Amino acid sequence: MCQVGEDYGERAPGEPPPAPRPSREQKCVKCKEAQPVVVIRAGDAFCRDCFKAFYVHKFRAMLGKNRLIFPGEKVLLAWSGGPSSSSMVWQVLEGLSQDSAKRLRFVAGVIFVDERAPGVLTVALRSATREKPLPKGKWPTPHSSTRKHRPAERGLEGFSQVEVALQPALPGSSLSLDSFCLGFSEGAACGQSLEERSKTLAEVKPILQATGFPWHVVALEEVFSLPPSVLWCSAQEPVGSEGAYKAAVDSFLQQQHVLGAGGGPGPTQGEEQPPQPPLDPQNLARPPTPAQTEALSQLFCSVRTLTAKEELLQTLRTHLILHMARAHGYSKVMTGDSCTRLAIKLMTNLALGRGAFLAWDTGFSDERHGDVVVVRPMRDHTLKEVAFYNRLFSVPSVFTPAVDTKAPEKASIHRLMEAFILRLQTQFPSTVSTVYRTSEKLVKGPRDGPAAGDSGPRCLLCMCALDVDAADSATAFGAQTSSHLSQMQSPIPLTETRTPPGPCCSPGVGWAQRCGQGACRREDPQTCIEEQLCYSCRVNMKDLPSLDPLPPYILAEAQLRTHRAWGLQEIRDCLIEDSDDEAGQS
Amino acid sequence: MPAPPCASCHAARAALRRPLSGQALCGACFCAAFEAEVLHTVLAGRLLPPGAVVAVGASGGKDSTVLAHVLRALAPRLGISLQLVAVDEGIGGYRDAALAAVRRQAARWELPLTVVAYEDLFGGWTMDAVARSTAGSGRSRSCCTFCGVLRRRALEEGARRVGATHIVTGHNADDMAETVLMNFLRGDAGRLARGGGLGSPGEGGALPRCRPLQFASQKEVVLYAHFRRLDYFSEECVYAPEAFRGHARDLLKRLEAARPSAVLDLVHSAERLALAPAARPPRPGACSRCGALASRTLCQACALLDGLNRGRPRLAIGKGRRGLDEEATPGTPGDPARPPASKAVPTF
Repeated sequence: MCQVGEDYGERAPGEPPPAPRPSREQKCVKCKEAQPVVVIRAGDAFCRDCFKAFYVHKFRAMLGKNRLIFPGEKVLLAWSGGPSSSSMVWQVLEGLSQDSAKRLRFVAGVIFVDERAPGVLTVALRSATREKPLPKGKWPTPHSSTRKHRPAERGLEGFSQVEVALQPALPGSSLSLDSFCLGFSEGAACGQSLEERSKTLAEVKPILQATGFPWHVVALEEVFSLPPSVLWCSAQEPVGSEGAYKAAVDSFLQQQHVLGAGGGPGPTQGEEQPPQPPLDPQNLARPPTPAQTEALSQLFCSVRTLTAKEELLQTLRTHLILHMARAHGYSKVMTGDSCTRLAIKLMTNLALGRGAFLAWDTGFSDERHGDVVVVRPMRDHTLKEVAFYNRLFSVPSVFTPAVDTKAPEKASIHRLMEAFILRLQTQFPSTVSTVYRTSEKLVKGPRDGPAAGDSGPRCLLCMCALDVDAADSATAFGAQTSSHLSQMQSPIPLTETRTPPGPCCSPGVGWAQRCGQGACRREDPQTCIEEQLCYSCRVNMKDLPSLDPLPPYILAEAQLRTHRAWGLQEIRDCLIEDSDDEAGQS
Repeated sequence: MPAPPCASCHAARAALRRPLSGQALCGACFCAAFEAEVLHTVLAGRLLPPGAVVAVGASGGKDSTVLAHVLRALAPRLGISLQLVAVDEGIGGYRDAALAAVRRQAARWELPLTVVAYEDLFGGWTMDAVARSTAGSGRSRSCCTFCGVLRRRALEEGARRVGATHIVTGHNADDMAETVLMNFLRGDAGRLARGGGLGSPGEGGALPRCRPLQFASQKEVVLYAHFRRLDYFSEECVYAPEAFRGHARDLLKRLEAARPSAVLDLVHSAERLALAPAARPPRPGACSRCGALASRTLCQACALLDGLNRGRPRLAIGKGRRGLDEEATPGTPGDPARPPASKAVPTF
C-alpha cells in the first residue's frame, strides 16, 4: 500500500509465486553451492564470497557508471569514523590494491575533521567509552550506541573488538602514494573534554596510518582561519563527453604500460611502512588555540535549536573539507553517505525547505562548488549491507559521537525524520528504496524556465542558486513575508511589477523598487546577510540571535558582496547591457 | 495575569497568538488579517478574475466552511458569485450528517446548493459498496484512492451543472505539506511534478481549480472558525484510519512541534521540486469515454469504475494497468458511459 502503483495483494496471472523463506537447506541464491551467511532483502541469502562480490560490484558500478573520476585524479575521502565512510575507505583501499586490470585508477587521500571542542554541549553525552582496556594490536570497532534502536542492525551490536588485518600498502605502482587520510572528528561541537578528544585522536591515527594513504586530521576550529575564497564558486570545469573519458582512460593505460615496462617495480619500502614521515608533522594540524576553541563553543552555544546546530555544523564542515581539498590539489571529494542516510537526508531537506536543491544534496555528484566535486559512491548501499560487510570483513571504524547523539527524538527535524523513516521501513520494507528511486528522478535546475545556473546569485552558505521569490508573490515565501507586512497594519502592496525575484543585496540585475532606499540597509547587517541566503539558510539563521559569533570568513564575504552590489547599483546606468530587452531580466 | 493588548488595534485584549509569528491579536483583528491574507493569495495569484462563477466544494467540514465564509465576505470586492457544490459519496452515518451541516450553511448564507451523488453519477457505486468490493483482497482497501478520484470527477460534474467557471477547494497548508511528504514516501513522481503550484489552470476543457487557503495553516483555519462561530461538521471519515496519509499527518505534527515553520517550508519545497521530464506526466488529453481531462486513453475515474464493474477493483491501481481494456463494450451493467444526452459535453 505504501508505494503507489505497487500491488501487494494481487499478482498478474502467470507470475511465479514469491520465493520461500530461506530454510536450513537453502543454498546461496547466487552460486547455489555454499552455505548462506547473510540475508539481504527478503529471501536473498548470500554466502560470504558472493556477498562480498555483490557489495564490491555495487561500489565499482556506481563509480564506473557515472564516469566522473578520471584516471590519475586526486580524490579526497571524507572519513567520519562511522561505518559507511569506513567501508568506503576500505573499498577504495582494496580497489587500489587489486591487479592492474581492475584496479581503481585514481589517487586517494583521507581527511578526518576533529569536531570535538569542549564546552559545546548540546546533549549530556558521556557514553560510548569502553570500560575494559584493549589488548595490543587490536583495533576496536565501535558500539554504535546511537544505532542500537535501529531494527536493521539489531543483531550486530554485540561485536566489540575485532582483529584488523593490516592491509599491505599499495603494491608497486608508478603513481606516488599520495593518499591523505583525512578523518573528521567533531569534538568541538559535541562537548567532549580535552582528554576524551585526544583519546579519540589516538584511536583515529592508527587506523589512518594503517590505510597507507596520506592523511590529514583537521580540527573544526580551523574554520576561524579560513579565507573568504572558500565561498567563491570557482569556474566549473566542463564535464567531459563520453569520448573524453574514454580517451583519458586509454592514454592513462598506455602510460601505465610504458612505465611498467621501462621502470622497475615501485618502491618496495611502501610495502613495509606507510611512507609518510616527512609529511606527518604537517598532516597532524597543530592543536587549535584556546581562543578558537572558545569561539567555536560560543558559536554553537548561541544557536537555539538542534536543527540549526546540525545544519550549521554541516555547512562549516563542508567548507573546511573544501578548503583542504583545494589546498592540497584534490579535485574530488568522496563522502560515505549510504542509501538509507540519503533517503533520510532527502526527506529532512524537504522539511527544511530545500526542495529546490534536492538533486545536489542527495545525488551522486554535487558540483555547486565549481572546481571540487563531491561524489557519493556509497549511494546504492543500504545501511544494513554496510553493517553486515563491516562485520564480516572486519572493517575498522571509530565511534565518534555526533551533535545529536542521544538526543531525544523530538529534538530536531533530522532526528524526527530518521526515526520516522526507520519506523516506516519496518512496516513497509520498500520505503527507503522508493525514496531513493524517486530521488534519482530529480534534476538539477529550477522547476520551470531557464536554468539560472552561474548567472544567478548564489547563497552565501550553501552555494546553491537562490530560490526566494518576491515578497508579495503567491508562494509560501510570499505568505511568510507578507504576513510580516500585515503585522504593521499597512495595506499590502499589490504591485504588478514584473521585476524578477532577487534579494536586495544580490549582485545582479532586477532590483525591486524598495531597494531604492539602498542606504537604509547599511544599518542592518543581519538583514543584509539574510538577503544573501537561500530560503532554508534564512530559516536556520533565525535560530541564531546574533550573527557575530560566525566565523570571520562568512562575515567578510557577506560584506564584500553587499559592497559589490551597491557599487553595481551606482554604475548601473553606465553599463552597456547585451541587449535592451534583456536588461532587468536575470 | 492579564492578557496583553492586541498588537494591531492596541485597543482590545488579545485573545490568541498566531501560531507562526507568535503575535498576540484580538479576535476581530485576527479574522481581518486572515481574510486579508486569503485576499492577497487570490489577487497575487490571479486565481479568481472578476465575473467568475465560483463553485465551492463544500463538504461541511471546517476547511470548506471557512473557505465559503471568507469568499462570501470577499465576493463583493473580488466581483465573483458563489455556488455551493456538495458531494454525497454514500458513506453511511458520516456523509448524511455532513450534508445536513452543508444545508444549514447554505440556508444561513443564502447561497445556492447543489448536491451530486456518486450513486447517480457512477452507476450505483457508493463508497460503502466500493469498500465492500475491495475488502477481500487481503491488503488495504485503498478506499481513499477511489474516493479522491471520484470526488474530483463529481465536483467537476456538479460545477458544470451550475454553470461555474472556477472550482475552489478548501485545502490548507497542512494538506499541501502532507501531500508532498506522502508523494515522496510513495514514490509518486507524476504527482510530485504536477503538484506544488497554485492549482491547475484548466487545460483540455477542465475547469480551472485553485485553493485559496493554500498558505493558511490548519490551526489558523480552526481559529478562524472558532472566532467567527461557524457551524461545521467535525468528525473524521470512517475510512480515514486506513489511509496512508495518516503517517504523513503524524509526521507533520511532530515536525511542526520541532519547528513551527515546517509546514510552510514543506510547501516551499513542493513549489520548487524539479523532476526529470521523463517522470512528468504526459500532456493531458480527453478520456475516450466520458470526455474528461485524462493523461491516458481513459481517465482515472473511468478506469477505476471499470475495475469495479468487472469485479477486479484493483485493476486501475496497479502499475501499468494490466488487463484494462481501454475500449470496453458499452451496455455492460453499471457502465459509466451513459448516452451523452444527459451529460454536458465539454467544449475544447
